[in-house]
Amino acid sequence: MKTSGGTLVACRGLRKDYGTGEGLVRAVDEVELEVARGETLAVMGPSGCGKSTLLHLLGGLDRPTAGELWLNDRRIDELSERSLAQLRRREVGFVFQAFHLMEELTAQENVELPALLAGRTPRQARDRARELLEEVGLADRSRHLPSTLSGGQRQRVAIARALANDPLVVLADEPTGNLDSTATLEVLRLFESLHARGLTLVVVTHDERIAATADRLISMRDGAFVDETRLTGGTSGSLAGLIGLGS
Amino acid sequence: MGRLLLVIRLAAKDVRRNRAEALLLLVAIAAATTTLTVALALRGVTSAPYAATRAATSGPDVVAAVQQSTLPSQLSGLEHAPGVVASSGPYLIAMPNLVVDGHSDPVMAEGRDPTATSVDQPKLTSGHWVRKGGVVIERSLADLLGLKVGDRVGLDNLVGGGPGPGGGPGSSAGALRAVGPSFEVVGIAVTAALQPSPLNTYAHPSGFPEAGLVWVTRAAAEQLAAITGGAFGYTLNLKLADPSDALTFAAAHQHGGLVLISWQSIAAKEGLIVSIEQTILLTGSWLLGLLALASVALLVGGRMEQQTRRIGLLKAVGATPALVTRVLLAEQLVIALLGAAVGLVIGWLAAPLLTNPGASLVGAPGAPTLDLSTILVVFGAAITVAIVATLAPAVRASRTSTVSALADAARQPRRAGWTIALSSRFPVPILLGMRLASRRRRRAVLSAASLAITVGSLVAVLMFREHANSLDTSGGLGGLFRFSGPGDPLWERGMNVMLVFTFALVLLALVNAVLVTWATVQDARHASAIERALGASPDQVGWALVVAQLLPALPGAILGIPVGVGLYDAVGRHASTLPSAPTLLGVLVATVVVVAVLTAIPARIGARRPVAEILQSETA
Repeated sequence: MKTSGGTLVACRGLRKDYGTGEGLVRAVDEVELEVARGETLAVMGPSGCGKSTLLHLLGGLDRPTAGELWLNDRRIDELSERSLAQLRRREVGFVFQAFHLMEELTAQENVELPALLAGRTPRQARDRARELLEEVGLADRSRHLPSTLSGGQRQRVAIARALANDPLVVLADEPTGNLDSTATLEVLRLFESLHARGLTLVVVTHDERIAATADRLISMRDGAFVDETRLTGGTSGSLAGLIGLGS
Repeated sequence: MGRLLLVIRLAAKDVRRNRAEALLLLVAIAAATTTLTVALALRGVTSAPYAATRAATSGPDVVAAVQQSTLPSQLSGLEHAPGVVASSGPYLIAMPNLVVDGHSDPVMAEGRDPTATSVDQPKLTSGHWVRKGGVVIERSLADLLGLKVGDRVGLDNLVGGGPGPGGGPGSSAGALRAVGPSFEVVGIAVTAALQPSPLNTYAHPSGFPEAGLVWVTRAAAEQLAAITGGAFGYTLNLKLADPSDALTFAAAHQHGGLVLISWQSIAAKEGLIVSIEQTILLTGSWLLGLLALASVALLVGGRMEQQTRRIGLLKAVGATPALVTRVLLAEQLVIALLGAAVGLVIGWLAAPLLTNPGASLVGAPGAPTLDLSTILVVFGAAITVAIVATLAPAVRASRTSTVSALADAARQPRRAGWTIALSSRFPVPILLGMRLASRRRRRAVLSAASLAITVGSLVAVLMFREHANSLDTSGGLGGLFRFSGPGDPLWERGMNVMLVFTFALVLLALVNAVLVTWATVQDARHASAIERALGASPDQVGWALVVAQLLPALPGAILGIPVGVGLYDAVGRHASTLPSAPTLLGVLVATVVVVAVLTAIPARIGARRPVAEILQSETA
């Protein structure tokens, strides 16, 4: 299989098992998926349904037990660890529910890190980090350590970090799961701007209000897709109105 | 009782769950206690055997000797000197060569009566006393030459030129040919009237050459004197009314070619050899104790990182901080006690290695005594090390908030701004490695200190060798440890001490290197997982973990050089002889390479852990 011109991410018969014998757990069960370039896809489902595992598979953080996985016309489920690392460095950006910022690094240093890992010069990494922190509204917090930032600010730093190497797709795992309503709105506004710029987003969430902002919504249960809905409002609609936050 | 059982069960379960770490801890403590046991076991060897030998042989209070071919009246006149209550001799000393398997050594052959005397009757450790055609060999000489009762030896003047007095043991006879009588070794004995071979300079270093001692019958001694150009000298053994007057007596009568040596002088020189070894071993055991402390601290620190969640669970089901502390302490104590028992047994078995070659005294060979005080000190040291290293992290861990412990929150790392800024100029493995090393400064300091001690000790050993080698080339005795070179029993014994010490030291250093890496791997699992999620490859993360160990290792190894010099100067008694620059460079390079190789294994394992699993399980 190869992705069609408009498809950025695709998978066929994707499966992920944990354990063996009677203890076997099928976290992802024969999933078929295509994500178009520039699309925002929301994946919903209850805790433990396999949506985070799916996200990890899509980003090359984990390997599938079976099936094919394609990203930007390249099959990635057979790549070596080194190639997967390069893929995560250049083509994928992650945003986690727990932020996963380096506690000893300032906001700016956290955002610089992916660029440094990608071989950019310290100056290039610094300039890019400043630019991104400006974009997420945290230029004045660039020298702060994560422990001195609010949850929303930390997640915005994490989003800036995900964008450091201009990835093709941003994979967000419950990005607002640890945030209050105001911080959730800040993050969603950022996603909206990313969508507007044509970035592909896959957001895993169990919050219907977040899912409502996507172009397409997939529901998961017991590792399999059980429903798919194309949303008309999407992130192009009135965000605050859609999710009932603010004016 | 129920609470104690609970603590034991919980501790035992955790030990079973982490067997590899428990084994490493056991090795660390066993290595330290082995050296301590050897050092303590040698304590008795210093003085007790000489006293035992003196008692068993009716040892003289003063030995008088003269080096001339006729018996002077001054020597025999000493028998009646004021304060003398008993005597034996004078005995004729011949100086033939002892010929064994084509090798020759000059020996002093003392002519004795077949009947026992009341002063200085050598104690037989095997065989019989002198008889016609038989020779009794002093035990350290017999050990050196591998002689036993029933062997045949030549006592001879040599035709064709010999090595001459002072040639040292093991000189090759080459074209030499024995022409004198052949003797059967009928006995092996020890005496308190003699310093251990080859330091048996007898009465005075300038009076008698370095040679072993044998006893033959008076007739045989006269026959040997005849074929070697006359008597070499005479010796007389004296008992005083008050043995403590021996030093004064010896000084008062030392004139006219007479040389007198007191029992205290002989005892001091006997003790000197072992006391130096004891000094080395005690110093070594302190150093090893420090390394063991570092090992335990690293292990405990690493285990606390792993056990955060377990501690949270224990507290969540009602365990008090005190109970958690007790469980954590109990684990380390059980291992420490086992390690001490292992170290005690190995040390006890290893101690004879250090005493056998110089077996000139009763009680010196075989296993030195293992008394209650040694056992208590060894176990006490192991327990102290375990408690000191465990208590602080155990208390800290037990006081961690239950909620954050359950969440397995990683301990907050330190921030080193300048390191972070500087590291961004380097390739990815060095960049990540520098940042990793700076996260835990105390661990880096501990690691550097551990290597400084190890390299320092190695440098001290090298300096010792360098010094001993320089003595060897000059050909004489004397110097720092009075070693003359390979073949000399004192050299062999000294090298055995160094071997035991170096082995324990290197073993512990290797354990420490692995432990430091493992602790870093545990501590950095979250940071490493994030780095990999952001695009660092497993190889880069693995190399970063190695770099993180090498960064403190290099200054630690360099610091080891002055530490080694200081150590040598503190223990030794002579000016330092630094090893050559290439040797020192070799030690540094070898240290760095060994650390890199050792740390690469746990680093590789740690770098290949599944990222998603770590990021999912840790919410910090």
